[in-house]
Amino acid sequence: MPAESAAAMSHVAHHFENAEKQRTAARLGMWLFLATEVLLFTALFAAYGVYRYLYTSTFSEASRHIETWIGLTNTVVLVTSSFTVAIGLHFATRGKGRLTALFFGLSVLLALVFLGFKAVEYTHHFQEGQLPGRFYTYPEVQGAGASLFFTLYFLITGLHGIHVVIGMTILTVVGVLAFLGKYSPAYHTPVELAGLYWHLVDLIWIFVFPLIYLI
Amino acid sequence: MSPSLASDPTVPAYNARNYLNEPATGLKSWAFTLDHKRIGVMFLVATTVAFALGGLFALLIRLELLTPGPTIMDAMTYNRLFTLHGVVMIFLFMIPAIPSGFGNFLLPIMLGAKDVAFPRLNLLSFYLYLLGAAVALYGMVHGGADTGWTFYTPYSTTTQTNVVPILLGAFILGFSSVLTGLNFIVTTHTLRAPGMTWDRIPLFVWSIYATSIIQILATPVLGMTLLLVALEHAFAWGIFDPARGGDPVLFQHFFWFYSHPAVYIMILPAMAVISEVVCAFSRKNIFGYKAVAYSSLGIAFVGFFTWGHHLFTSGQSAFDSGIFAVLSMFVAIFTAIKVFNWTATLYRGSIAFRTPFAYFVGFLFFLVFGGMTGVALATASLDIHWQDTYFVVAHFHFIMVGSTVMAFLAALHYWFPKITGRTYPEGWGLVGAVLVILGFNFTFIPQFLLGNSGMPRRYFSYPERFWALNVASTAGASVLAFGLVTVLVYVLVSLRWGPIAGSNPWRSRGFEWDTPSPPPVENFDTPPIITHQPHLYHDVAQDPAQSPAPEPSHAR
Amino acid sequence: MNELIRGLLFLPEQLSEHARAVDQLHFFIITTTMVAAAGVFATAIYFFVRYRRRSETDVTPHVTPTAIHEVLFIGVPLFFFLLWFAIGFPLYVNLQSPPPGAMDVYVQGKKWMWKFAYPGGPNSLDVLRVPAGRPVRLLITSRDVIHSFFAPALRLKQDALPGRYTQTWFTADRPGTYEIFCAEFCGIGHSAMLGRLVVMPADEFDAWLAEQRRGLAQAQDAAPGPGEAVLSASNLVAEGQRVAAAQGCLKCHSVDGSRHIGPTWVDLYLRREKLKGGEIVVVDEAYLTKSMMDPGAQLVDGYQNVMPTFQGKLSPPEAAAIVEYIKSLKTPAVRSGPSEGPAYESIPRK
Repeated sequence: MPAESAAAMSHVAHHFENAEKQRTAARLGMWLFLATEVLLFTALFAAYGVYRYLYTSTFSEASRHIETWIGLTNTVVLVTSSFTVAIGLHFATRGKGRLTALFFGLSVLLALVFLGFKAVEYTHHFQEGQLPGRFYTYPEVQGAGASLFFTLYFLITGLHGIHVVIGMTILTVVGVLAFLGKYSPAYHTPVELAGLYWHLVDLIWIFVFPLIYLI
Repeated sequence: MSPSLASDPTVPAYNARNYLNEPATGLKSWAFTLDHKRIGVMFLVATTVAFALGGLFALLIRLELLTPGPTIMDAMTYNRLFTLHGVVMIFLFMIPAIPSGFGNFLLPIMLGAKDVAFPRLNLLSFYLYLLGAAVALYGMVHGGADTGWTFYTPYSTTTQTNVVPILLGAFILGFSSVLTGLNFIVTTHTLRAPGMTWDRIPLFVWSIYATSIIQILATPVLGMTLLLVALEHAFAWGIFDPARGGDPVLFQHFFWFYSHPAVYIMILPAMAVISEVVCAFSRKNIFGYKAVAYSSLGIAFVGFFTWGHHLFTSGQSAFDSGIFAVLSMFVAIFTAIKVFNWTATLYRGSIAFRTPFAYFVGFLFFLVFGGMTGVALATASLDIHWQDTYFVVAHFHFIMVGSTVMAFLAALHYWFPKITGRTYPEGWGLVGAVLVILGFNFTFIPQFLLGNSGMPRRYFSYPERFWALNVASTAGASVLAFGLVTVLVYVLVSLRWGPIAGSNPWRSRGFEWDTPSPPPVENFDTPPIITHQPHLYHDVAQDPAQSPAPEPSHAR
Repeated sequence: MNELIRGLLFLPEQLSEHARAVDQLHFFIITTTMVAAAGVFATAIYFFVRYRRRSETDVTPHVTPTAIHEVLFIGVPLFFFLLWFAIGFPLYVNLQSPPPGAMDVYVQGKKWMWKFAYPGGPNSLDVLRVPAGRPVRLLITSRDVIHSFFAPALRLKQDALPGRYTQTWFTADRPGTYEIFCAEFCGIGHSAMLGRLVVMPADEFDAWLAEQRRGLAQAQDAAPGPGEAVLSASNLVAEGQRVAAAQGCLKCHSVDGSRHIGPTWVDLYLRREKLKGGEIVVVDEAYLTKSMMDPGAQLVDGYQNVMPTFQGKLSPPEAAAIVEYIKSLKTPAVRSGPSEGPAYESIPRK
C-alpha cells in the first residue's frame, strides 16, 4: 500500500467504514456545531433587534459616538485573515504543510491585530464612561436605552472576541501540526474544519459591523 | 433476524466477553472509556441519582404542603426547594436520562454501528454533565436559588440568593446536551449499516434524531439567556431591568424559546421508547411507520414556534397569542397521530402484559390526559384562569412523570436484559408498575382540581379550602415514592442476582436484540446487512435473515 | 347542569359573563376529552384481551394503514382543536378589549401587597371595591418584580409588570367578597400577597366612593402647604399608626411581638440590635429614620434585605410620626435582647 494512503488509513477510527465516511461525518459534525454557534449569537442579535426597535433614535445616536474607522479596519483585517486561512487550506490539499502553517500563522497575527484594535476601542469606551448598565456615565448620549446600546455592544463584541481567541487557538494547534507534517492530500480534515470555524467567526463579524457601527 | 436467536429454546447464555469487562475493568478504564455502552450506563446511573435527589425535594415539598401553614420548614427553604426540584429534575434528569442514557447505549447498536460518530465528544459530554451538576450542586449547598426553575426577571436578577452557580451549572449542562445531540445526528447520517435506508431505521432512532435537532438548535439560546441573567445579577447590566430601559418580558421570550422545545426534548425520547415497546410486546409491526417517524420531526419543527403560549398573561398582544395558540394545537396533532397509531398497532397483535407493557399502558393513559389538558391550556382564554396554578403543574407532571418517567421505567425493564445480561423479577415488576401508576394518579389528579379551584403554584401557605386536596396529593406522592423505591430495590438486586437472560428473552425483532447480552465491545463482529424494517413479526419462516448469527464469544 | 359540572371540577363560582363563557368551553373540552379517552382506552382494553399472547412465537399479520386512517387520525382531532380555538380565542380577545366607559382602577403590585387607586381617589391596600353590574378596567403595574393579579371567581388574570401598564377588565355580576391571589412568584411573601375583591351594589359603591372623596377633600382643604400634613404632638402617635398601616409597614413588621418578615416594633425603640456585619447598634430615632430611607445600609442580622426605601414616599412629618408610634409600642417588661431571627407565618384566610 503506498505510503500516503497508509498514512491516510491509519487515521480512520475503528467504527468508520473508510476515510470517506469519516470525513463526511467530521464535516457534518462541524456544520452542526457551527449552527449552534450561530444560534448563540442569534439570541444576542434578537435582543439587539428588539431594543433597537424600541429605542431607535438613541441607538442610532449611540452608534455615531463610537469609532467607525476602527470597526472598518477590523473588518478588513478579519476578512483578510479568512483569506489567508483559505490559502492555508489550499496548500494543505497539496500536502504543503509548512505553507499551511505559514498562512495560518499570518491569520493568527491578523487576529491579534484585530484584538489589538478592540483593546484600543474598549479602553476608549472605559475612559468615556460608555459602559454597560449601572456603570454607564457617558454624558453625550442619554435617555432610555442609551446604556442598553453599550451593554449589547460589549456582549456581542465580547462574545465574538472570545470566539476569535478560540479560533486563534485552533488555528495555532492545527498550524503547528501542519508544520510537523501530520497532514497530507489524503487527510487534512482538521485543516478544513479549522478553516470552517474561522470563516464563521469572520461571518459573524460581517453581521456585527453594520449593526453596531454603521446604522 | 437470525432464526437461532429468535427461537432460542435452550438455556439462556450469558455473553462472557462483553463491554462490562472488556477492554478492562476498574475505575480508570471506565473513566476514560470511549465505548458508547459504558458512557450510556454511566449516564443512566448519574441521572438516576439526580432523579432520586429531585424526588427527595418533591417529597419534602409535598410534606410541607400537608398543612395550610408552615409544616416542617419556613418559606425561604420552601422557595429554594421547589426551585431546586425543578432545576434538578429538568436539567439533570428529564433532558439527559433517556437520550444520553438509553440513546447512547442503543442508538449505534440499532443502526448496526460499532460506536457513535465521535466517541471522545461523547465522553466529554458525560464529563460536562458531571461538571454542570457539580457547579449547580455547589450553588444548592451554598444557599440555593429561590426563583423557581424559570428564573423570571427582575426577581431572579435582584434576589439575594445564590442564583449564579445554578445558572452557570445549567449553562454547562447545556453544552453536554448539545454535544450529545450533535453526535447522534452525525451517527444517524453516516454510520448506518449497509442496507439501512431511512425507511428501515428503528422508530426509536427517528425520535432520538428529532430530539437531537431540538437539542442543538434550542440549547444555545438558553445558554445565552441564562448567562445574561447571571451577568445582570452580578453586575446589573440592565438587559432586563426596566429602570435601564430593559424589558423583563424579553427574558420570558428568550427563556421559553428554548424551554418550550425543551419539553419536546423530554417527551420525544419517551415516545421513542414506546414505539419499540409497543411492537415488541404485541409482536406486531407498527401501524403507520411513516406517520410515527415523520410526526417526530413534525413535533420538533412546529415545537419551535409555540413558545408564546407561556406568555398569554404577560401583556402579549392578542395577535401574537392567537398565532401561538393555533400552532400549539398543531403540535398536539402530531402527538394524537402517535397515540392512535400505537393503539392501532395492538390490533391483531399478540399482547403480553409484561412490566414494560404495563408502563406503556400508564404512559398512554397519562399522555392522553396530559396532552388534552395541554390543548385546553392552548385555547388562551382557559389559560387565563389556569396560568400559574396547580392545573399547569398537574398538566406538565402528567407529561413529564406520567409519560416520560413511565417510558423511562419501561425502557429500564425492556432493555435491562440487553444492558446487564440478566432479568428482573417479573412479579415485582408488575407490583412496582401498579404502585407507581396508582400513586401517580392520586398525586396529580387532585392538583388539576386544585388548579381549577384557583390555588396558585409556588405557594408556601394556602387558604384552608385547599387543604383536603393537598392532603390527597401528598398521600398519592407517598405511594408513588414507595413504588419507585420498590423498583430501585429489585433492580439493584437483579443487577447482581438476576437470572441470566440470554440474548433475546422477549423474542423481540428490534435490531438491538441481534447481539448477545450483554453486547460485546464492538457490538457486532461483522456489520449486519439490513434488508427490512425492524419489528416485523408476520412470518417466521419467510423472514429474511439479517446476517449470520453473531457468536456469543469472539475469537480475535 | 352547569352547577353540577362546576362542582365536580372544583371550579369557583362564576362571577361574570366571561367566567360563565370560559367554563362552558371548559366543559365542552373536558367532555370531549373524556369521551375520546374512553374510546381509546376501551379500544385498547378490548385489544389487550382479544389479542392476548397465546404463544411466545406467535405470528401476527402485517397491518399497514390506508390513507383513510391517517386522514381520520389527523382530521378528527384537528377539527376539535380548531373548534376550541375558534371558541376560546375570541374570549381572550374580549378580555383585552374593555368597553368604553369602563371605570378605571389603578392596580399596583408590590412585594407583598396590592395597592388600588381610583382616579380622583381614594387609595386602598389589598381591598378592591367595585360596583356590581358595571364594567371595571384594571390598569396594572408593579413597583418591583413581576406579580400577577388573579381573581379566580372572575377567571381573570393579568401580569403586573414593572415599568409598564397592562390592562384587563371585568363586570362582576353580584355583590360579595372574593379572593385575589398573586399568581407570579415574587419572593418570600408570594403566598401572603392576598387581596379581597369586594363587589358592592352599584348605588352603595357610588355612595362609598363619594364619601371617601369627601374625606380626602377635607384633608386637602385643611392642609396649609402643598402635600405637607399638619400634625400636632398629641395626635402624632395616632398619625404614625395610620401612616404605617397605609404605607404597608405592618405587612412585614408586627406590633404584638410576633415574628414576621422584619423585626417586630414592640420594644424596638432603644433596643440593642446586632447588625449583619456584627456591630451592635442602639435603635434610636436616627437609626429608625435611616432604616426607612436606606434600609439596606444597616441591616439587622438574620433578616433578608427586602425592605424597600421610603425616600420620597414619606414626608418628614410622616416619618417622624412613625418613629413616635414605634416609641409608643412598649411592653411593661423591657426586653433588651436582640431580635430573634425571621420567621414567616401565613395570614389565615378562610
